[in-house]
Amino acid sequence: MSGIDNSAEPGWFTRIAHPGLFLQWSRHLVIPLAVVTAVLFAVGLYYGFAASPGERYMGDTVRIMYVHVPTAWLSQFCYGVMAVSAIGTLVWRHPMADVSQKAAAPLGAAFTAVALFTGSMWGRPTWGTFWEWDGRMTSTLVLLFIYLGIIALWRAFDDQLKAARIVAVFTLVGAVNIPIIKFSVDWWQTLHQPASVFRADGPTIDAAILVPLFVMTFAFSFLFLTLHLVRMRTEIGKRRVHALERAAARAAGGAND
Amino acid sequence: MSAFFAVIARDLKLSLRLGGDVLTLLLFFLSIGVVVPFAVGPDRVLLAAIAPAMIWVAALLAQLLSHDRLFRSDFEDGSLIAFRHGSLSLEAIVFAKLVAHWLLSGLPLIVAAPALGLLFGMDGAMLGAALLGLLLGTPALAAFVALSAAVTVGLKRGGLVAPVLILPLTLPVLIFGAGTMSRSAMGASGQAMLFLAALSLLTVALVPFAAALALRISGE
Repeated sequence: MSGIDNSAEPGWFTRIAHPGLFLQWSRHLVIPLAVVTAVLFAVGLYYGFAASPGERYMGDTVRIMYVHVPTAWLSQFCYGVMAVSAIGTLVWRHPMADVSQKAAAPLGAAFTAVALFTGSMWGRPTWGTFWEWDGRMTSTLVLLFIYLGIIALWRAFDDQLKAARIVAVFTLVGAVNIPIIKFSVDWWQTLHQPASVFRADGPTIDAAILVPLFVMTFAFSFLFLTLHLVRMRTEIGKRRVHALERAAARAAGGAND
Repeated sequence: MSAFFAVIARDLKLSLRLGGDVLTLLLFFLSIGVVVPFAVGPDRVLLAAIAPAMIWVAALLAQLLSHDRLFRSDFEDGSLIAFRHGSLSLEAIVFAKLVAHWLLSGLPLIVAAPALGLLFGMDGAMLGAALLGLLLGTPALAAFVALSAAVTVGLKRGGLVAPVLILPLTLPVLIFGAGTMSRSAMGASGQAMLFLAALSLLTVALVPFAAALALRISGE
């Protein structure tokens, strides 16, 4: 169970798990991922802003959707990444899962904040208000608070190895709880019958809008992958620097921890 | 089983003999209720309308305030380590402490709630719904608080992290709790009661495992 068999060629699991090996193979991935992201954004933005028509009722404001929908999707996807990493941390004590968890939290918070911001920018011209206590918006706001709480928990710990496992417990509880929150918020909304009417009976989305929406969704998803990888590499680097500093301090005969 | 009850009795005795704990909590709960009319004005109709919301917000805040006494002193004086070497599993001990915590922080709120109801001018039926709702909902609140207390027990400066962490997760309890007193839709109140009971059963069943895991990690 414990200890890695060093005699054999490292398997794929070890290659992911070992920070040094991870840094080696991920180095070759960062630039290709960044290039793919840039190309997708170029294509998506061109289609979204120049080559696609405005919507009949909402006009050009519909273009906010090309940022809003992908970030809203990523706000949930990030939590999924964190939950899967949390399982990795708790079940296998996978060191890269710790790093992946930590790297994903601020990204998730940022995408959720962007989704809320673009949503309210879109809401002003179309519904006449920046904020509506609508079920989806409210659950997204709660999700943002959960992300911020998790980041606060990370920062409260000195020992990052212990923090990873504690945060993993909380993240998984949150993963069970988020659907319940979503359900309760929807129930709450039907109870209070909001005055605004904006859920116009789902107009079928034209291909001219759907294509840039897809491209932008992929662009933002690749942006997440790139940033996540870079953040993970940075985190490993930070931990190494920290370890080296402690070793140097110990060698200098200063602290004896 | 006797060990289980011994843990409950220990926590009850410790809290009651040290004194002041339960009373402070009650005072806090009632203070929130008393402060509200000063903030919104002595309008009886308005106060009666927001009474369910205020009772639940006060209960939530009082519960969050009490998180520190669940595991912290046992963690710091080493009792938790001693517990872990006993015959009872840590999950069962967490469950016992959860029961004791509810007896010390949930039950007093239910006893004090009629006083708040009186101040807010709630009628009898409404007050009955409020009490039943609190009875069904406070176990879930206590369970969430236990979880946040377990997660932050190892932190020396974790005072404010626990409430911030757990507040979003308690939202369903608040929604269904306030929903039990809603007059807007027929059947909504009964529905809310059932959801609240389900939530309490679910959290009380699952939280001991998550909290015990967090305590084990913190104790390493």
